[in-house]
Amino acid sequence: MVASRAIGSLSRFTAFRILRSRGYICRNFTGSSALLTRTHINYGVKGDVAVIRINSPNSKVNTLSKELHSEFMEVMNEIWASDQIRSAVLISSKPGCFIAGADINMLAACKTPQEVTQISQDAQRTFEKLEKSTKPIVAAISGSCLGGGLELAISCQYRIATKDRKTVLGAPEVLLGILPGAGGTQRLPKMVGVPAAFDMMLTGRNIRADRAKKMGLVDQLVEPLGPGLKPPEERTIEYLEEVAVTFAKGLADKKISPKRDKGLVEKLTAYAMTIPFVRQQIYKKVEEKVQKQTKGLYPAPLKIIDVVKTGIEQGSDAGYLSESQKFGELAMTKESKALIGLYHGQVLCKKNKFGAPQKDVKHLAVLGAGLMGAGIAQVSVDKGLKTILKDATLTGLGRGQQQVFKGLNDKVKKKALTSFERDAVFSNLTGQLDYRGFEKADMVIEAVFEDLSLKHKVLKEVEAVIPDHCVFASNTSALPICEIAAVSKRPEKVIGMHYFSPVDKMQLLEIITTEKTSKDTTASAVAVGLKQGKVIIVVKDGPGFYTTRCLAPMMSEVIRILQEGVDPKKLDSLTTSFGFPVGAATLVDEVGVDVANHVAEDLGKTFGERFAGGSLELLQQMVSKGFLGRKSGKGFYIYQEGVKDKNLNSDVDSILASLKMPPKSEVSSDEDIQYRLVTRFVNEAVMCLQEGVLATPAEGDIGAVFGLGFPPCLGGPFRFLDLYGAQKIVDRLRKYEDAYGKQFTPCQLLTDYASSPNKKFYQ
Amino acid sequence: MTTILTCTLKNLPSTSKWALRFSVRFLSCSSQLRAAPAGQTKSKKTLAKPNVRNIVVVDGVRTAFLQSGTSYKDLMPHDLARAALTGLLHQTSVPKEVVDYIIFGTVIQEVKTSNVAREAALGAGFSDKTPAHTVTMACISANQAMTTGVGLIASGQCDVVVAGGVELMSDVPIRHSRKMRKMMLDLNKAKTLGQKLSLISKFRLNFLSPELPAVAEFSTSETMGHSADRLAAAFAVSRLEQDEYALRSHSLAKKAQDEGLLSDIIPFKVPGKDTVTKDNGIRPSSLEQMAKLKPAFIKPYGTVTAANSSFLTDGASAMLIMAEEKALAMGYKPKAYLRDFVYVSQDPKDQLLLGPTYATPKVLEKAGLTMNDIDVYEFHEAFSGQILANFKAMDSDWFAQNYMGRKTKVGAPPLEKFNNWGGSLSLGHPFGATGCRLVMAAANRLRKGGGQYGLVAACAAGGQGHAMIVEAYPK
Repeated sequence: MVASRAIGSLSRFTAFRILRSRGYICRNFTGSSALLTRTHINYGVKGDVAVIRINSPNSKVNTLSKELHSEFMEVMNEIWASDQIRSAVLISSKPGCFIAGADINMLAACKTPQEVTQISQDAQRTFEKLEKSTKPIVAAISGSCLGGGLELAISCQYRIATKDRKTVLGAPEVLLGILPGAGGTQRLPKMVGVPAAFDMMLTGRNIRADRAKKMGLVDQLVEPLGPGLKPPEERTIEYLEEVAVTFAKGLADKKISPKRDKGLVEKLTAYAMTIPFVRQQIYKKVEEKVQKQTKGLYPAPLKIIDVVKTGIEQGSDAGYLSESQKFGELAMTKESKALIGLYHGQVLCKKNKFGAPQKDVKHLAVLGAGLMGAGIAQVSVDKGLKTILKDATLTGLGRGQQQVFKGLNDKVKKKALTSFERDAVFSNLTGQLDYRGFEKADMVIEAVFEDLSLKHKVLKEVEAVIPDHCVFASNTSALPICEIAAVSKRPEKVIGMHYFSPVDKMQLLEIITTEKTSKDTTASAVAVGLKQGKVIIVVKDGPGFYTTRCLAPMMSEVIRILQEGVDPKKLDSLTTSFGFPVGAATLVDEVGVDVANHVAEDLGKTFGERFAGGSLELLQQMVSKGFLGRKSGKGFYIYQEGVKDKNLNSDVDSILASLKMPPKSEVSSDEDIQYRLVTRFVNEAVMCLQEGVLATPAEGDIGAVFGLGFPPCLGGPFRFLDLYGAQKIVDRLRKYEDAYGKQFTPCQLLTDYASSPNKKFYQ
Repeated sequence: MTTILTCTLKNLPSTSKWALRFSVRFLSCSSQLRAAPAGQTKSKKTLAKPNVRNIVVVDGVRTAFLQSGTSYKDLMPHDLARAALTGLLHQTSVPKEVVDYIIFGTVIQEVKTSNVAREAALGAGFSDKTPAHTVTMACISANQAMTTGVGLIASGQCDVVVAGGVELMSDVPIRHSRKMRKMMLDLNKAKTLGQKLSLISKFRLNFLSPELPAVAEFSTSETMGHSADRLAAAFAVSRLEQDEYALRSHSLAKKAQDEGLLSDIIPFKVPGKDTVTKDNGIRPSSLEQMAKLKPAFIKPYGTVTAANSSFLTDGASAMLIMAEEKALAMGYKPKAYLRDFVYVSQDPKDQLLLGPTYATPKVLEKAGLTMNDIDVYEFHEAFSGQILANFKAMDSDWFAQNYMGRKTKVGAPPLEKFNNWGGSLSLGHPFGATGCRLVMAAANRLRKGGGQYGLVAACAAGGQGHAMIVEAYPK
């Protein structure tokens, strides 16, 4: 697998060299000089069309860096000055990437907003020149065209994109807490209309080529080609170039008009947007929606709205100025730094630092067709893994198979998959009640009920039928892996793979290694996780591992806060307004009251007083009454099919009343309640790092944000400490320690960081 | 060869680039001719195998192939098939009762006559004791009918088989939508008036939108012309090359028609219309005219147009296949042997139409022949671009090594032996019937030109392909 990938990249590399050398040859003919110094861009001339090829060295993607920018300007100036050249094509030599965006490190290196604003203004000027170019420029897009790449493309006179799944266009700046700073906020609304532009810029969503064509974001599509006399990717790029060249000629000859026929709906929208009242209503609506979704915690979306508004209402000069200034301001915000940190962390957690496993996993078996088991099966068959889904009963199995089918079918409805592909993918799944075929399995993931004796029984049964090399992975959220592995004949092959529910939506996978787990087993688990599209953290074994362990003290605090008389709705609104995507009480319902109770009991036994707080009695009573959360229809809330606004479950009131505790007024303000929850979480996370459960703070942040919904605007517990100061958190902890005792005692590592302000988790 | 040249050159302005190219091609052809004198030294004297029955084509016929919507438009498929069958009876004078079995190929099925072989045979006056079945394998359905017959004879189950194919594109089954069908079926079952009314109340206007037979590949939802355009682009086949090839096909077909070489056509008196004796899709045009057409599938910059694609066609074919000893015992002088054949399949998305490339080396290997042994090539021409892409693929070591798992290329067929009497582009392509036309063209060309081995190959929807060796029956 890896070998073939390496070969693939090698052959691609040679392909680039061929393309590039051809560029050189052409250049020799055109007679331009001083070109050998260019590393990111080269160009050749086909007839009277200049073909500009972007290819950043030593990287899988092209990014808009300072070097690329200056080389590009050089080339463009030559093209504009040349009499022979009448039009130009802009294309990437990398098959999977046009330009993936601006160079984030370039922004990170800036110390002041003015520096960032300067970068933005430079880019604005360049793109304005492109836009006003008298020689038409055609952007030939294959692969990701994101952020600055998109802004470059929409400055050109014409866009042609390959209709490939890899070809996506988008303005994901908002996800990094910034805005499109190279004219995007001004050009996009003109190109696709204000509502669509807002949607693109505020959600950062990727748009596939065919959708982009419909929106008017690209003018022509080129179908990807199959194998011919060259590898498909190489020939497709060549073909894209050929087509782009003919269009560039056509544009220069005025045989093709760059203007697009707009549909009726578009025309109507455009007309409506000329009415000031309608525009105001749209701004208001969008602002309200953003305010509601971000709780005002993210400055970027609001600034984007503001900048777009400025451009439309006060003209583009004001718009461009506002764009560059707001871009500078945003780049300096803590939120942006936190989000960019998460981006880097995510990139890190998408790599297998354990190397390639000795044996590639091709056959997977999942035990237990419950919510988790079926979810794991779904993300596996999706990526071409032959998967056995085994359950004990036919009804259980049928439910699981239906879940997998529904998951795939939903993708068909969203047009991410054709019904034919769905069927082909679904045929990777074998549902069965026995252990037939396990002799071929390379990995078994068990997702049976969280009960140690059951896990032991399953492990022994499986070990009797699987081959020697097969990895046994346990999907558990709290049971220590070493305890599960205790009955194994080959503990080096036993590992924990903690998935999060719903598996097909949650990006995180927490992999847990025991002292006996071999490195190859870990490499194998990470490889499978990456194949399933997961962001992976690898942690050491221990009660609750990392994620559950951080969540448990927070949950304990949730119960106490409820016992102190804060009603669940209020608690939910306090947590969401702090940035958690799901309110704390709702979270208990989602996880399952019984599961929460189970975990709390287990971890409570191990960690003792530090995990105390609320009384477990609350959860126990709820379980005994059947209030198990969403799955049973009742928890803190009542869940009904088709009812959107959920109501509080009034039957819980009596339980709460019977367990009522007096609130301590000095630590019960809204802010204190929020911080009581968050500080316990953060303190436990730091303790995990201190004890070596976590290998790096980055994994801690990724795990907290992607697995537990820690506010992304804070960047994760460690980034939060770095940005807001460890001392402030320690002060809070001390205050609550005075009120409640040991549960809030800051751990050693945290006080170390607090006492030396220069010490940061991220250097 | 020279006559072909003059014939096609007449249609061209002398300054045309194409003429230049053609002369280059002519040169290369002649060098090939010199290198390997056709029909002189063969790898094998015959493809007869010990202990395997020789299977012969006694004769084969077809109705004229007409553009859909013309003279055959009011017929049903079994009418056309019947015409081919009665024509075959007439041509061969075979006693009906000796026919052991009848097999027909068809693609778009008329629901009323889903086993069209049986309906046509009954109507054509074959014995009602002769069983018949219908096969479908897209554009190689008739090939499948023939090889099924070959199998029946080779295994000793039958001695005399009629194989053929039919397609009537003038009429295709257009259905009610699934919702409408469901409602109509439920109405059948509804017992009380109340039930019926409640069903009818669920009716929506969009139920009435009809469902057309898909012209697209089911697995990829891509139409074949679209795939052909991508294939041509993948192999960098230019629009001009495609138009040139199409023009060649039409010119050669016209010449063959004029010279009376298309002798497999039987006249067919269409009820209420004139007797049809000639294919009506042969339209030699000029490159200038063809260049004016807009691309039909990938708009606006594709290269596949109506002029360089095969057109929708109505037609039927039939063929009498026998065990050699039976034919001889009955006093027939067979036309050809049917020898080794293969079926291949590959990726239906990107290699949909590369069947001949995959099938050719395989069938040659099986028969123990080389490209030099082949005297006539009869390939199904779905699109000019498809034929030229296949040529390029067959002539590429890179493709052979990376996609076919072969050490070297098989080589492209020499053009002077290739589809000399026209092909599907010009004669027409009734999906289910083309296979028999290819085999009869190969057999008749071998008889006329004096060669020994013919290679028939075709691509088909689903990414499948077929090739068969036809050996001339010694005179």
